[in-house]
Amino acid sequence: MSKIMDFERIERRAKRTALIRNIVVYGLLGVWALVVLFPFYWMLLTSIKTQGSYAAEIVPQLFTTNPTMANYLQIFTEADLGRYFVNTFIFTVVTTILMLAVTVLAAFAFARLSFPGKDIAFLLFLALMMIPSELVVITNFVTMKSASLDNTFLGLILPSVSSVFYIYLLKENFAQIPDELYYAAKVDATSDLKYLGKVMIPICRPTLVTILILKVIECWNSYVWPRIITDKPEMFLVSNGIQTIRESGYGRDNIPAMMAAVVAVSIPLILLFLIFHKKIMAGVARGGTKG
Amino acid sequence: MENKSWKGWLYLLPAILFLGVFMVYPLIDVFVYSFEEGYDFVSQTADGIGLYNYEYVLRDPYFMQAVQNTFILVAITVPASTLLALLISLGLSSIPRLRELFQTVYFLPYVTNTLAVGLVFMILFDKTDSAPGLINVILGLFRVEPIDFIDGPYWAKMLVLCLYTVWVVLPFKILVLTSALASVDETYYKAARVDGTSSWRIFRKVTLPMISPTMFYLIITGFIGAFKAYSDAVALFGEDLNLAEMNTIVGYVYEVLYDEAGGGYPSFASAAAIILFVIVLTITCINLLVSRKHVHY
Repeated sequence: MSKIMDFERIERRAKRTALIRNIVVYGLLGVWALVVLFPFYWMLLTSIKTQGSYAAEIVPQLFTTNPTMANYLQIFTEADLGRYFVNTFIFTVVTTILMLAVTVLAAFAFARLSFPGKDIAFLLFLALMMIPSELVVITNFVTMKSASLDNTFLGLILPSVSSVFYIYLLKENFAQIPDELYYAAKVDATSDLKYLGKVMIPICRPTLVTILILKVIECWNSYVWPRIITDKPEMFLVSNGIQTIRESGYGRDNIPAMMAAVVAVSIPLILLFLIFHKKIMAGVARGGTKG
Repeated sequence: MENKSWKGWLYLLPAILFLGVFMVYPLIDVFVYSFEEGYDFVSQTADGIGLYNYEYVLRDPYFMQAVQNTFILVAITVPASTLLALLISLGLSSIPRLRELFQTVYFLPYVTNTLAVGLVFMILFDKTDSAPGLINVILGLFRVEPIDFIDGPYWAKMLVLCLYTVWVVLPFKILVLTSALASVDETYYKAARVDGTSSWRIFRKVTLPMISPTMFYLIITGFIGAFKAYSDAVALFGEDLNLAEMNTIVGYVYEVLYDEAGGGYPSFASAAAIILFVIVLTITCINLLVSRKHVHY
């Protein structure tokens, strides 16, 4: 009898420790989630306050009773945010398309074709992954400036196209397609290019989409190269544009308007993330680099 | 089986062109620039070959400030972010529910524009004439005098920079660590639990060795990434980082390279970039040597 009681007591105690541990773990994870989400809440909240009410708050309020959209209107009419958006859009679309074309062709060559010097070429490509971009930016700047391509889309786009890592990623995926498909296509006298377009690309579509999304994020957020190669505000991308907005008086004076700009810049990527978060996280886990 | 032909090179040609012009050639050229003395941007000529550029950079107080800032940033953020990521990932892997939701939320900063979100951090920490800012209000509850984190003392600015950097780099580390923890074979844990091993001992003797390659990968990439810090500082303190005393080595490279008057000094920038590269290479080699003793593959 006493033994059974013992078991019950041990079991109860174990349950209690598990419960306490769970509460602590969930609590701490919740705190971190708050730390991550709070800046987003704060930018949204501040962006819908009027400049007057924000300035009048000595102790910042955690919510607002009379939201306004005026800041968004102002940031697109008085500041040039609309132009920065268009620039970034053009830059992102063209760079991503070019990158996809270059990457697909190169990955196809490495995965499917055989040609003299292939192994050594692939090794050299892999070695390029280790080159830090900081080292090559300097010469690229001199090259583009001497070619008078500063402040042009061509100057912005060309050095941003190549991504060795994506070639590697896609090559690995292409290589998983059984060879038999290729031979069957060859028997039917299908050309290499047609085989690539009709068979390989459809099969590897998930990987291609991942690469595409990651490149779009990279383009939308790119700051260093655009900052160096453009000094005319009409060619700025959003990252530079937001610095210009900050330094042109919004920074410390009209914070709600600046936060409206921050929200506007953040929304496209947050939407992209909400739709594709599984793909993005899987893609980054497979070998994304940052941080 | 298949006939070898040169056609493969044709498919590689676009990639080779892009990589050749914008990666291989610049890589060689940056070394050339760094040794060319008195390089003139307009005529693209130099006076001679020598070590003057390195001498100039190493004597430049702005460069030394940038080196100091970068080393402090690295020394604080790499251990802090790695440990915090490990704690959060362990927490994530131990909960039965909501794991995916938390994971998704934690990953959010990875996709956001660091330049834009940095401005939110700026206004949270900023102390203006009219308002102390939210963080100072919270600190005030603990009777701390308001601190100007953005325009104030050096350590206050460094603290904000470190906090923001950790906030930015954590998503990647948490993601990589949680997938590493998820791939540890359950049977190890079960076996250890049957033997009545304490959870701390399980962590030390099972979990840590199993994820040590991932930890090590994160530490190496963490060092490399932290040494290249730049845009986070711009987001917080504006584009004139020298003025804010918050410049980093990469920031110095771009500062010297980019000049409002047109041109700038590619030679000095190259020398500074190569010094950075040598520092990163040295640290990475040290990391590799240390890891041989501690990583279990």
